[in-house]
Amino acid sequence: MALLEIRGVSKTFRTLRALEGVDVDVKAGTFHGLIGPNGSGKSTLLKAIAGAHFADGGTIVFDGHDITRATPYERARLGLSLKFQITAVLPELSVYDNVLLATQSSGRLSSLLMSSTRRTLDGEVTALLERFRLIDRADDLAGQLSHGQQQWLEIAMALALRPKLLLLDEPTGGMSPEERRVTGTLLAPIKAHCTLVIVEHDLHFIRDICDDLTVLDQGRVLDHGDVETIQRSPKVQQVFTTRV
Amino acid sequence: MLSEAGSALSSAGRGRPAGRTRPARRVLPWVEGAALLVALVVPFALSERTDLVTLATNVLILSLLAISFDLCWGLSGIMSFGQALFFGVAGYVIALAGRDLEFSQLWAMLPLAMLVGLLLAGLFAAFLLLGRKAPTTIFVALGTLTGSYAAERLVSGWQYVGAGNGLSSVKLLQLGDYEFIEGTAFYFLALVVLVLVYAGARFLKQSQLGLVLAGMRQNEERLAFFGYRVQLFKALVFSLAGMVAGLGGALYSYHQGFIGPGNMGPGLSTTAVIYCLFGGSGTLIGPVLGTVAVEVLTYVLADVDAIKRVWPVILGLVLLAVVMFQPKGFLGLLVSDRERIGSYGRRRAGGSGG
Repeated sequence: MALLEIRGVSKTFRTLRALEGVDVDVKAGTFHGLIGPNGSGKSTLLKAIAGAHFADGGTIVFDGHDITRATPYERARLGLSLKFQITAVLPELSVYDNVLLATQSSGRLSSLLMSSTRRTLDGEVTALLERFRLIDRADDLAGQLSHGQQQWLEIAMALALRPKLLLLDEPTGGMSPEERRVTGTLLAPIKAHCTLVIVEHDLHFIRDICDDLTVLDQGRVLDHGDVETIQRSPKVQQVFTTRV
Repeated sequence: MLSEAGSALSSAGRGRPAGRTRPARRVLPWVEGAALLVALVVPFALSERTDLVTLATNVLILSLLAISFDLCWGLSGIMSFGQALFFGVAGYVIALAGRDLEFSQLWAMLPLAMLVGLLLAGLFAAFLLLGRKAPTTIFVALGTLTGSYAAERLVSGWQYVGAGNGLSSVKLLQLGDYEFIEGTAFYFLALVVLVLVYAGARFLKQSQLGLVLAGMRQNEERLAFFGYRVQLFKALVFSLAGMVAGLGGALYSYHQGFIGPGNMGPGLSTTAVIYCLFGGSGTLIGPVLGTVAVEVLTYVLADVDAIKRVWPVILGLVLLAVVMFQPKGFLGLLVSDRERIGSYGRRRAGGSGG
């Protein structure tokens, strides 16, 4: 059974139909890419999954729960985590505290008040910072990091929530080719415990890390399948050669 | 090789790569210590002038109101223009208990005042903060302002609580047979209460809950995506702030021997905002110093007839200038942003972590 089932989802902004009857299945333990030209509805779909806005029609079922109209808080508690497109690290807090805030979000009020989370979660926070090459910057303010490092911090924070499903909106946006390569290697190991839905412009990056792809065009699903199938699809090639 | 050594060092919590900004030296504990020292000496230095001891006691009591507002705005980003409501209602409750029940024992009345503030603020929080959608700052500001204004109007026309004249000759606060009249004893009572409240607020700020609040002030939506019940935390702190205001209102009522409609209206609510912004919101000690500055200036200038009438205007202009040119208050000149926010990384504020 799919971890995430999207059925007939539509979304309209005033007169603009951003999504129309979109169906997507995301299998557990896979990396699933959403691609398409600008304005095809990729980010809108991702936001509807994350709960940043609600779909007008259709249903979104995550891990057996209908989350179509659930709040971001409820989705987070079910194991859904989002990395924002524009980095939304907390700039005036230290890098360490950013990750700690994400890590302790399931903590009880009493443990927050007594600050016991700071001791019990130190190992987990440190491990994440080491994995995302941020341990040297742990005491610096998050706002002082480079753009690429802020993206990694975002991913570390999203993973700190121990999600079942992680949504990444353009994780390599604004990165250098070297940073993109590193991002790929940083993401690869999480497949063991986390499913990924990823919106990305860089098709090379997508091809390298994704198992399945859904191609959107003008708010509809143009095609879907594994990476090989999509690469050979004439419909997809036409859209990408004429409009990208 | 070098970077490996660097990360090994910093994982031990000590090493820092060169060339990065270090957390600035900490100033707030020194300011807090100095303020406490001065507060302990004041009544002895002023023992000849009972009017000044009364003023100093009043400053301590109003500082509770300032801290109450700082908990809302400085810590949680809730713009409340109604803190005086909780202050005033608690003041009326204890005045009525003294008049109708002839009861004013400290051990019962101060907790009662806290409870009144807590419950009333909790009620407001439930309406203003706990909707399905997160409320805007303006909505909360107007909601609290309206509450404060409506309460002042209601009380002004209600004969049972003295209408526009308020309640005077409030029964003196008692501990057993001892009665607290204004003077040194009341001063130290107010000081003890203030220090306890301050310590509690400081503990809250430096806890992990304080860190969550700091994150919330920067990006509330982000924290909700983490899975924090942002609005619930806000409601909690708002209720605690109401409790502190209620405690202040009770002490005020006992100390002045009077409580009136003006003590719960938008006028006093706004004054609390001025104390806090003037001193430096989010620092806790800033609002206390702001209260000292504003109240002492008011006292001194009230004697000068030429200035007396325009004093509220001057106060308004000072606030405007602070908001425009020094939004972090005068303590903002001394205290770094990092210290104000209190995010140090692996070592938490106060050296207690790490």
